[in-house]
Amino acid sequence: MNCRSEVLEVSVEGRQVDEAMLALLHTILLHRSTGKFHYKKEGTYSIGTVGTQDVDCDFIDFTLVRVSSDELDRVIRKAVAEFKDALGNSGSDGMGQISLEFYQKKKSRWPFSDECIPWEVWSIKVNVVNLANEQERQICREKVGEKLGEKVINIVEVINRHEYLPKMPTQSEVDNVFDTSLKDVQPYLYKITYQITDSLGTSVSTTMRRLIKDTLAL
Amino acid sequence: MDSDLSPQDKKDLDKFIKFFALKTVQVIVQARLGEKINTCSSSSPTGSDWFNLAIKDIPEVTHEAKKALAGQLPGIGRSMCVEISLKTSEGDSMELETWCLEMNEKCDKDIKVSYTVYNRLSLLLKSLLAITRVTPAYKLSRKQGHDYVILYRIYFGDVQLTGLGEGFQTVRVGIVGTPIGTITLSCAYRTNLALMSSRQFQRTGPIMGIIIDHYVERPFTNMAHMHPCSYRAPGEDEGGTYAGIEDSQEVCTTSFSTSPPSQLYSSRLSYQTPALGTVDLCHPTACTAAAHPHQMVVPGKEGGVPQVPAQPTHGTAAEHGRIPSCPTGQSPQPAPPTSCSSEVKTVSPSDALETTFTRKVGAFVNKATTQVTTTSLDLPFAAFAPRAYDLQENDPMVHPPPSPAPSSPLQGSLHSNTSSHSGEQPQDDFVMVDFKPAFSKDDLLPMDLGTFYKEFQNPPQLASLSIDVSVQSMAEDLDSLPEKLAIYEKNIDEFDAFVDTLQ
Repeated sequence: MNCRSEVLEVSVEGRQVDEAMLALLHTILLHRSTGKFHYKKEGTYSIGTVGTQDVDCDFIDFTLVRVSSDELDRVIRKAVAEFKDALGNSGSDGMGQISLEFYQKKKSRWPFSDECIPWEVWSIKVNVVNLANEQERQICREKVGEKLGEKVINIVEVINRHEYLPKMPTQSEVDNVFDTSLKDVQPYLYKITYQITDSLGTSVSTTMRRLIKDTLAL
Repeated sequence: MDSDLSPQDKKDLDKFIKFFALKTVQVIVQARLGEKINTCSSSSPTGSDWFNLAIKDIPEVTHEAKKALAGQLPGIGRSMCVEISLKTSEGDSMELETWCLEMNEKCDKDIKVSYTVYNRLSLLLKSLLAITRVTPAYKLSRKQGHDYVILYRIYFGDVQLTGLGEGFQTVRVGIVGTPIGTITLSCAYRTNLALMSSRQFQRTGPIMGIIIDHYVERPFTNMAHMHPCSYRAPGEDEGGTYAGIEDSQEVCTTSFSTSPPSQLYSSRLSYQTPALGTVDLCHPTACTAAAHPHQMVVPGKEGGVPQVPAQPTHGTAAEHGRIPSCPTGQSPQPAPPTSCSSEVKTVSPSDALETTFTRKVGAFVNKATTQVTTTSLDLPFAAFAPRAYDLQENDPMVHPPPSPAPSSPLQGSLHSNTSSHSGEQPQDDFVMVDFKPAFSKDDLLPMDLGTFYKEFQNPPQLASLSIDVSVQSMAEDLDSLPEKLAIYEKNIDEFDAFVDTLQ
């Protein structure tokens, strides 16, 4: 099974980075989250309900739809904030990439650690631009809003190809497929990483890998 | 074709398609209400949330959808469409988008109905939630209010896209294969907002005037009891409203079974018909009505029976539905410049100013002119303080929007500023004011600066710049050219001498 990989690219102004990343990550996670599983006897389970929330962006003409889960929102916001800080520290012409990877865990025997097998990776490349005046910022608001709309359509198109999805697990294996740590929703196991490209844009001079959901270290 | 499908699977599939169609309509209409939608996740399944998604059911919308379907299901050659259109206060309307739920003949025999199809339909609904916020009509619907409202219409049968104008775009939300065909959900949306631009051509050019709407007392401030639209749990009254029409609310409790990967999956479905009261029905309380604004129904009465604003004119297969909504803020519609002829007279400036002016109705307002006479005090715009308005009847849009608090102050201000390149906010009427330039008042002279300015504001064209004259002279010039050349050649010595004197 090959991991499918999708790349999305956006050019945004510095103050739009947070919202643009949140918009795309939440859109993906909306599709990759289910309600909480409740296992019953005889190997059956029922699924909880996922609510949604509209969030208006402050710096972009865009409204994103996210799963109604404050816990999940906090985790994503934290990751995006770290990415933005890293972008800011790297230099004025920030270019970077944030990746959302969905994976499955495969238990290995001791002393080997569990294997993480990615099955879908979304990479969002960001190019931060600097704008000179308010008029340009106004145009940028609208343009980035339209661009994000196009990206949402791209995401939906990929997801609706209905390609590989992990099989629904038994109760004992649910933690190998889903992140069951949240109270109200259950996304597939995911991790968010990011890389910052230096201003030359040639090679990755500093690669910082921060694992928000750390499953590799044992 | 259905021979491979067990009766239970067929029954399940029909049920899924029916409720998917109803939920699709709910998502689309709710996304065009003009406000943000918020539903809660629940870890314990209530049994009433189809496709494991918290999508509220507005009874009016469900009712309309069921009427349009009339007991049928979307199928091959039978598409269910939701048409979203915009209607201005002057009665012009324009189709903005058409959402189509169709089925084609491509079957997927091997797919598991109760599991895979169900989950994919759930995914498709999530995609619909995302896409409905992305099409251009979303932004328009968020800004509806004074100038225009958004309407919906549900119809069943052939897809009609001719009303979308030229160059409409299509976006596919997604597809789900089933054993009886492939369900596709798509949206065709208009890209050419020609209605807006053609209105501008009908108006005359702008004439100097001051738009003083922000000094005008809002005509309906006494209706402070109006509330923004909100979802409320129904009282017992609503159950009665639709009791005769709806069948018992069907609810799907889905439980899935898992097994080690080597075994087959199976599922069990059970249907419950709870009492109406327990189902989490919600519907917005409409705060607009087609009737006279003073007759506006107060939300909060009687458990919020869904208002019947422009309740659909029932055609055979089509219904118009008015989306009850409250405008969320100012409507930054790119309004054409107002044309108000300045029929303003100022009686002797030395007396207490008594201003008679003719009020011309500006853009997007129905009523015709009204003659108003007031006596003004020393206040510059006191003339526009309390005055009797001739209220516009049957204008569903004239009511002040109690805008909900924006999520951030910046956003609130940005929403009012980022108004599609228009700076002015034309509210109700435009009132012409006698132009009084600052510091220019002079009682002694018969003509003051303002009058002078107005008189000489539009001077006649210079004769030499008028096109007709130049066209004529051009022809004459060409004709007289040879003669002139002959004269110049004869006097060439004179010209040379002249040039020498210059050096």
